[in-house]
Amino acid sequence: MADELTTDAADLGPVTTLATPIRLDFDFTPGVAQSRFLRGLEQGKFMGQRCPSCNQVYVPSRGSCPTDGVPTTEDVLLANVGTVTTYCVVNVPFAGQSIEIPYICAQVLLDGANVSFMGLIQEIPTDQIRMGMRVEAVWVDESDLTPSLASVRYFRPTDEPDADYDTYKEYL
Amino acid sequence: MSAAARTVRPVSIASFAQSQNVRKDDERNEVEGLMPVIAEVFGNIGITKADVGFICSGSTDYLIGGPFSFVMALDAVGVWPPKSESHVEMDGAWALYEAWVLLQEGEIDAALVYSFGRSSLGDLNEILTLQMDPYYEAPLWPDIVSLSALQARALIDAGKATEADFAAIASRSRRDALANPKAQVRNDTAPEVLLADDYVVAPLRRHALPPITDGAAAIVLAAGDKALEWSDRPVWITGFDHRMETHSLGARDLTSSPSTAKAAEVAGVAAGKIDIAEIHAPFAHQEIIVAEALGLDDSVVINPSGGPLAANPMMSAGLIRIGEAAERIRSGQADRAVAHATSGPCLQQNLVCVLEGA
Ligand SMILES: [Zn+2]
Repeated sequence: MADELTTDAADLGPVTTLATPIRLDFDFTPGVAQSRFLRGLEQGKFMGQRCPSCNQVYVPSRGSCPTDGVPTTEDVLLANVGTVTTYCVVNVPFAGQSIEIPYICAQVLLDGANVSFMGLIQEIPTDQIRMGMRVEAVWVDESDLTPSLASVRYFRPTDEPDADYDTYKEYL
Repeated sequence: MSAAARTVRPVSIASFAQSQNVRKDDERNEVEGLMPVIAEVFGNIGITKADVGFICSGSTDYLIGGPFSFVMALDAVGVWPPKSESHVEMDGAWALYEAWVLLQEGEIDAALVYSFGRSSLGDLNEILTLQMDPYYEAPLWPDIVSLSALQARALIDAGKATEADFAAIASRSRRDALANPKAQVRNDTAPEVLLADDYVVAPLRRHALPPITDGAAAIVLAAGDKALEWSDRPVWITGFDHRMETHSLGARDLTSSPSTAKAAEVAGVAAGKIDIAEIHAPFAHQEIIVAEALGLDDSVVINPSGGPLAANPMMSAGLIRIGEAAERIRSGQADRAVAHATSGPCLQQNLVCVLEGA
């Protein structure tokens, strides 16, 4: 082997980038409380949990009230309907996109819950989405239900009048 | 500055709790595993979160494979009433150090420190590779067992230890763990029997490796009146220091631990007789290196809890050493103890905490 770099190699200049690929695989443990939420989805239901201290209902619950730090132990079956508290219309394509743009991504506050969660809104032109809109969950066919949010196909408008701002202003 | 010249505010280990250490907790998430530990560490001394002025945690996202797991873990403590809070991407022993430093300033009198880690979610041996230099070492995926085996080999080659010594340490650790219901590997197996184990990576046999452990731990620190109010026999931290060596393994003498020795000097380990030592040496041979660096003589009882060879919850095993040492002083089994925590490959970074009874 030569003692020095060949002229060619020396002329290549400094190395400015070094790629060091890393891949690790992990298991995920939903936990006791989140498992109840996932089992609920498997049955086409939204299951939440109530904090014994402040009475807030979390969906999904991770097993504790993040405010009080105490275990949430009381299961609460939530409604299939809720209110859009805020939303965005996605117009930008990105890698791995599975839904045709434009589409609506919204925070939905299920009736009976004290936290909203993210849902896809369909069956409505994107320029008609608005805060306060009442929506209902559309589930996959019963035989396709799994313990996953993929069991919820999307939310769609109900024909109820919009919710009063006061009913969801705390959840924006 | 010598230890004697340093003026430290007396801070006590007021309460300690740890979870059951298990190979894999696949029912509970991090928050659900942590909540009972936090409840116990407060419950031991009849206090609540309202009684502490600072919260500090130790954990790493690399174990769970997701970002900001320490923020999620705060759900186990709750955000109301608001508390000053911090986190270290390190073993909880370093979170304890941060809280101790804050207590030195005198503005607060009590702090909660906790740590958690589930080593079972990924391939721990591979995950720990990522603590290496990311350009020249990590891409080669030198796993932690192989690196530790290099260190053990160097120790044997230097005439400082034999494989039989490693087996004796493992045998003693597992036997002592029989008295520790929270430990994971508890049995009475003679060293000769352990020496029949196969090599995992020579010269390390199965028993010289730590178990893979899911677990969590917590400590409440108290100063001033609260230390006396919360304990009949306060356990005082009388010396505390941590030091680090270069990340480059090739530049280190792996058979000694100058960072431990320096931390021990600053913490004042030699200022009095040590009754027990809780040493965070995940691999059996590392106990020999750390004990030498701490300057321990043969009279010192090492790892009466069983130590990390009996339960090694990542991110908590160091904090647990401090808690276990404190419990032995509180119970009257010891008057003066040293606890040690390590981080990084082959004992790269080391923390030393000296504890004394009132
Ligand atoms: Zn609450």
